[in-house]
Amino acid sequence: MSFEGIPSIGVDAVETNRSGENGEADRVVDVVDLTFGYAAAPVVEDVSFGVDRGDYVGVIGPNGSGKSTLLRLALGLHEPDAGSCRLLGHPSLAFAERERVGYVAQDVTENTKRMPITVAEVVLMGRFPHAGFGRVTQSDRERVREALRTVGMERLADRKITALSGGQRQRAYIARALAGEAELLVLDEPTVGVDAESVDAFFELLSDLNDEGMTILLVEHDIGAVLEHASRVICLNREVYFDGSPTAFAESDALDRAYGTNLGGRKGDPDGRKGDPDGRKGDLDGRNGGDGR
Amino acid sequence: MTAPLIGDAVRAPYDLLAWLIGLWSDALAAVGDAFGIGMLDYVFMHHAFLVGGLIAVMAPLVGTFLVHRQMALIGDALAHTAFAGVAVGLFVNSLLGTGISPYVTAVVVAMLAALAIELISEITDAYNDVSMAIVLSTGFALGAVLISLNTGGLAVGINQYLFGNLATVSRENAALLVVLFLVVSIVVTVTYKQLLYVTFDETAARVAGLNVPWYNRLMTTLTAMVVVGAMQIMGVILVAAMLVVPVAAAAQVARGFREALLASVVLAEIAVIVGITLSYRYEATAGGTIVLVAVAVYVGMVLAGKLQSRRDVVEESGAVTGGMDATAGGSAED
Repeated sequence: MSFEGIPSIGVDAVETNRSGENGEADRVVDVVDLTFGYAAAPVVEDVSFGVDRGDYVGVIGPNGSGKSTLLRLALGLHEPDAGSCRLLGHPSLAFAERERVGYVAQDVTENTKRMPITVAEVVLMGRFPHAGFGRVTQSDRERVREALRTVGMERLADRKITALSGGQRQRAYIARALAGEAELLVLDEPTVGVDAESVDAFFELLSDLNDEGMTILLVEHDIGAVLEHASRVICLNREVYFDGSPTAFAESDALDRAYGTNLGGRKGDPDGRKGDPDGRKGDLDGRNGGDGR
Repeated sequence: MTAPLIGDAVRAPYDLLAWLIGLWSDALAAVGDAFGIGMLDYVFMHHAFLVGGLIAVMAPLVGTFLVHRQMALIGDALAHTAFAGVAVGLFVNSLLGTGISPYVTAVVVAMLAALAIELISEITDAYNDVSMAIVLSTGFALGAVLISLNTGGLAVGINQYLFGNLATVSRENAALLVVLFLVVSIVVTVTYKQLLYVTFDETAARVAGLNVPWYNRLMTTLTAMVVVGAMQIMGVILVAAMLVVPVAAAAQVARGFREALLASVVLAEIAVIVGITLSYRYEATAGGTIVLVAVAVYVGMVLAGKLQSRRDVVEESGAVTGGMDATAGGSAED
C-alpha cells in the first residue's frame, strides 16, 4: 500500500500509475482499515480485506450489517470516512477504467424498470464504456452475442427484459458484465427474488466463470449457497468476524458471534443501517432484549 | 417578434434557414395544388406543419428518457416556468419598449428552471417531484404576478402562449424551432448510449463511470428546449402531453428501447398531422386537438398491447420454461 497517502488524483495520473503486471495488479480489491457511516454511527468499521485475482469471495452477514455498503465503498460509490479502498490498483474513488468491473445490483426483480428494452439492448450497455460517444460497432454486437451464449440466454436476446424470470434477468446482467470484458464481477444479493431451482443454476454459472479466471465478489444472505460455492467467506457485521475458507468458517463460531447479536429486535429490520446508535462492540447479550431504536 | 431577435451575427444562418423554410412552403403549396388540399394554400399552415412535425420528433426523443425515469411531470413544471419566461419577455418589452421575442426569454427562463430543479433535488435530497412542484408553482406564480402588474396589453397577448395558436407561427419562430430541433437531435444522438444507461440503471451507470448528475442536467435542459419549442402550437398547458402521451403509447407495443423511441416519434407525427388537419377543418384549438388525437392513439395502443401480450403468452408458454437451458440450441435470431 505504498500509494496510500495520495489524495484523489486525476485521470491522467491514474493512467501513468497503472500497475500493469507487477505485484499489486493481482490484488483486485484492497480494503484497509475502512470506516464509513451514512450518519454519525459507522455502518462498517475498521474493515480490512483483500480480493486477489481469481478469488471467489462471498460476503455474508445479517441484515443491516453493512454488506451492501461495503460493496459500494469498494466500487467507489461512497467516500470512506477513514481508511482506504483500492480497486485494481487504484483508489476506488478515482478509478477510471470502469469497464474492468461488472456490477449486478440488488434485487433485479424489483428494481428492473418497467420500460421497453430487450435483453440484447441491456447486454449491449456493457459495451458503452468502450464505445464512449462513438458508434456501437459490429464487433461490439458480436461480443454481446458471445456473452449471451456464455450465460445460456442466446435465444432470449430479443425478449423484453421485463418478460424474463428473476434468474434469467440475473443472467442478462452477468452477460452485460461479460460483454464489457469485466475482470471483476461484483454482485449485491444476486439471488433475491430468484426461485430455488434457478439459484442453483445461477451459482453453477458463477463457478464456471470463476474457473475461467473471473474474479468474483458477492454479497449474499443465503449462507449455505456461499459456503458451498465460494472459495473464501467473509462474515461481516459492521466489522469482519471471519475471513477464510468455507470449511474453516463452518468449524468456527463466527456465525454465532456475528448473527447472535441480531437475533433480537433487529431481525426483520431490513435496512437498519443507521438504526443502531449505541455501539454493538462487546454488547453481545444486551442486544437480545432491546432494539437499537 | 420581428427584427431585434435576429442580430447581425446570426443574419447569414438565419437567411439560410428562412430560405429553407421558404422551400418547404413552396413544396407544400405545390402538394396542396396537386391534390386540391385547401388548407395548404396558407403559409401559416405550412409553418404549422413544419413546426408540428419537428416537435413530433424531438418531444418523444426527449420524453422517452423522461417517462422511463418516472420524470414525466418535469415537462409540466418547465412549461409553467416557460410561461413565466414569456411574461418576463412581454413585461420587459412593455417596460423598456424593446422587441425581444418572448420565446427567447422563455428558453432562457425554462433552462434556468431546469437547472434549478436538478439543483434543488441534489442539494436537499428531496425526491424529484417535490422540486418539480416547487418550480412549477414558482413559475406560474411569477408569470401571473408579472401579468397582473401590467394588465391591459399584456393580458391580451398572453392567451396565445397559454393555449397555442397556429397563426402565430411566423417564419422567424419556425427558424428558432429548427435551431432547437437541430440542437436537441444532435445532442440526443451523440449521448444516446449514456442517456439510456443512466435511464435504465443509475447505479450501474455510476459504476460504469458515467457522470450521472451531469446527464440528468443535460436531460432537463433538453426538456426545457423542447417545451419552449412546443409551446408555440400546443400552448403552455398542453406542452407536457407531447413529451408523455406518444411515449406512453409506444411503450405499450414496443419490445426494445430503440423500437419504442422510433414508434413514439411515428405516433407523435400521426397525432400532429391529424390534429392540425382536424383543428383547421373544424376551427378548433390546435394544441387541444393534437393532444386528443394523441390520447386516442394511446388508447388504441393499450388495446393493441393487450392483444399482443395475450398472443405472446400463448406462444411463449413453452419457450420461457425451456429458455434457461437453451444454451445448446442454435441461434434463434432473425
